[in-house]
Amino acid sequence: MDKILLAHGDGGLLTHRLIEEIFVREFGSDILGEMGDAAGIECGKKIAFATDSFVVSPIFFPGGDIGKLACAGTVNDLSVYGSKPRFLSVSFILEEGTPMEDLIKVARSLGETARFAGVKIAAGDTKVVEKGKGDKIYINTAGVGEMLDNFSQAHKIKTGDAIIVSGNIGDHGAAIISRRAGIDFESVIKSDCAPLNHIIVPLWEAYEGIRLMRDPTRGGVATTLKEIAMQASKDFLIYEELLPFDPQVRSAAEVLGLDPLYLANEGKFIAVVDAAIAGEVVNFIRRFPEGENAAVIGEVLEGRGDVKVKTPLGGTKLLDMLTGEQLPRIC
Amino acid sequence: MCLSLPAKVLSIKGNLAEVDFMGVKKEVGTTLLKDIKVGDYVMVHAGFAIEKISPEEAEKTLKLWEEIEAAGNIE
Amino acid sequence: MKLQEILNKYRKPDMGKRILKNLVPKLERINDRLGRKLNLMEVCGTHTVNISQTGIRDLLLPYVNLKSGPGCPVCVTDNREIDWMLALADIKGVIITTFGDMMRVPGSRGSLVEQKAAGADVRVVYSGLDAVKTALNNPEREVIFLGVGFETTVPTVAASLMEAETLGLENFSVFSAHKVVPPALRILLEDPEIKIDGLILPGHVSVILGRKAWDFLAEEYGCPSAVVGFEAVDILLGVNNLADQILQGKAEVANAYPRAVKEEGNKAAQELIDRYFTVTDAQWRGIGTIPQSGLELAGEFKKFNAKDRFHVSPGESRVPKGCACGDVLKGKIWPNQCPLFAGACTPTSPVGPCMVSSEGACAAYYRFHRNLKEGDLGG
Repeated sequence: MDKILLAHGDGGLLTHRLIEEIFVREFGSDILGEMGDAAGIECGKKIAFATDSFVVSPIFFPGGDIGKLACAGTVNDLSVYGSKPRFLSVSFILEEGTPMEDLIKVARSLGETARFAGVKIAAGDTKVVEKGKGDKIYINTAGVGEMLDNFSQAHKIKTGDAIIVSGNIGDHGAAIISRRAGIDFESVIKSDCAPLNHIIVPLWEAYEGIRLMRDPTRGGVATTLKEIAMQASKDFLIYEELLPFDPQVRSAAEVLGLDPLYLANEGKFIAVVDAAIAGEVVNFIRRFPEGENAAVIGEVLEGRGDVKVKTPLGGTKLLDMLTGEQLPRIC
Repeated sequence: MCLSLPAKVLSIKGNLAEVDFMGVKKEVGTTLLKDIKVGDYVMVHAGFAIEKISPEEAEKTLKLWEEIEAAGNIE
Repeated sequence: MKLQEILNKYRKPDMGKRILKNLVPKLERINDRLGRKLNLMEVCGTHTVNISQTGIRDLLLPYVNLKSGPGCPVCVTDNREIDWMLALADIKGVIITTFGDMMRVPGSRGSLVEQKAAGADVRVVYSGLDAVKTALNNPEREVIFLGVGFETTVPTVAASLMEAETLGLENFSVFSAHKVVPPALRILLEDPEIKIDGLILPGHVSVILGRKAWDFLAEEYGCPSAVVGFEAVDILLGVNNLADQILQGKAEVANAYPRAVKEEGNKAAQELIDRYFTVTDAQWRGIGTIPQSGLELAGEFKKFNAKDRFHVSPGESRVPKGCACGDVLKGKIWPNQCPLFAGACTPTSPVGPCMVSSEGACAAYYRFHRNLKEGDLGG
């Protein structure tokens, strides 16, 4: 049994074996082991609820894999919103013929990430599609978190607030694109893919002055800043010189003609905070390896939702949302 | 119209060279630029080295500017 | 000093700021003398983008109209050629390889991105060599490379053809929509409606052609010109050079990018262009036919011509109504003066190619300068 067969998704013996021998074991979850139709879970009064699907190709990339990503993605969504992540559901859509070994690796990585993040996998499902109708492994995760007293609200953002990014920008997007066929970069760029609740939850608990946090995944930092600015009906002024980048990510982006501000991040967050606590918040984030390059990158101005960037030369330009996937260009 | 960036030549093998764009390495074609050696800096466009960068000229341009500036020449 | 350290200096903002400080009073004097704002034109998409990205467009806005000419090869690709590429992508079993730049450009009926979504096998490559590799790895399938670009790109396509020949590949062909720049500049300078006081010449086209190739601009048209590089310092030094020429009443073709551009250019690359391609008349989007401005596969290399190998009809081509890409490309109007700008035409649903290509003037203005009002820009 070294490849995924259609029968692994038919609900019969092979499905059961897959659940018992891979998922229950790798996820280490007692609730999952009960194999009920649903999971009874205990949570605080108000809960946060989020879901995300993962279709990344390739499924293994420098710095992570689709399993780690699927866990970290939902954990981070719950965290930046303002909740303590508690439970996850995990659904696999597998392509017939996918090596069993790949599935085991992905499940193991997902299980390890969940244990690191302190979330329990409470429910799951597996379906298998015919060869060619999927791309090896797709994962959907949904998650439940306990709401915290303070949580993300765009209307709390005030003129004069500080904008913080928790570390180097664009690592995930650059790691993925440099592995794509036809690009073939040899680099040590690693995805930043990681759960961040151990940084984010204590921040919510310690500082009332945090207005909003968000994770700049697809569309990158630029798109996320624009979304927040429009929701807050404020202008943002970003100082290009303050933006933290890994020099390799910057070079890779330049060679391919891409703007690293639009590359995805999977282990970063943006925080808009009261300027009075910005220094403390940055210092707190920097204590963690995932946040060692955290920095204040700009400030909130009166306005109606423009994101302005001051260039090192002193000129100004606007940032907008990503319009369609960034493609390598030569012109 | 044409994106081209400087890269350092790390090794040469037939019609291909491995180059380094400040930390990112890539194999590029050398068909358009025969006379290169390891350690040279070249401009790369669409996967090919298209010209060698002259260190002398690179320095001279900046020096010239600095001289003009020092002379306070606003002509 | 090591070359890397010298190159880093071209990126340092303090150098740029010092040049600006010196440059602004010169520009003010020129404007006083002219009684209007100075008009400079660049003809290179990477200049368009970098002038916006670095903030130079914003900083020089009060003193110079920095216009973007026909410098984005994707933007000047005619609708009929795009339709032809789409028709090629329709052929069953064919693999289309292309630079990412072409993917979203709309023809009369959709774009390559849409063709791909509908099932066509369209692959983005970084180099012509990658396209050749694709052909080598898929011997049972026909692989077509969409050749779009100016003199910088053409030799890389020729070198890739050479590789295909060496490998004896019979399943590789090229659709050539390549163009050459000098004839287009003649058309611009001969148009009485277009007022250009100085030309910022494309640095990387010049790497291939050499500085000398532009002498006609000064000699025949008296237009102050400078070959300019792409870092902030390069662009500012280029503008500074043009300002000096104008103040001194001179018109020459200066080399402000001598670290990469030689007098004669890259001879080996020029020879490859001449060997593999032959000059023809070409249709430029928004401008019309420009004599001797296109490149087709030459002589024995015609066997690599996708237009001959596959007999497909591009169909009836339509130019979108109201699209003023032509006037934008000629610098007659600013992008935000097009009636479709930011309304019917945006990067998500582009009407014309100047909006779709990220090096297009309209896309750059949409992205970086949408807050500018019409009056902020000069006439």
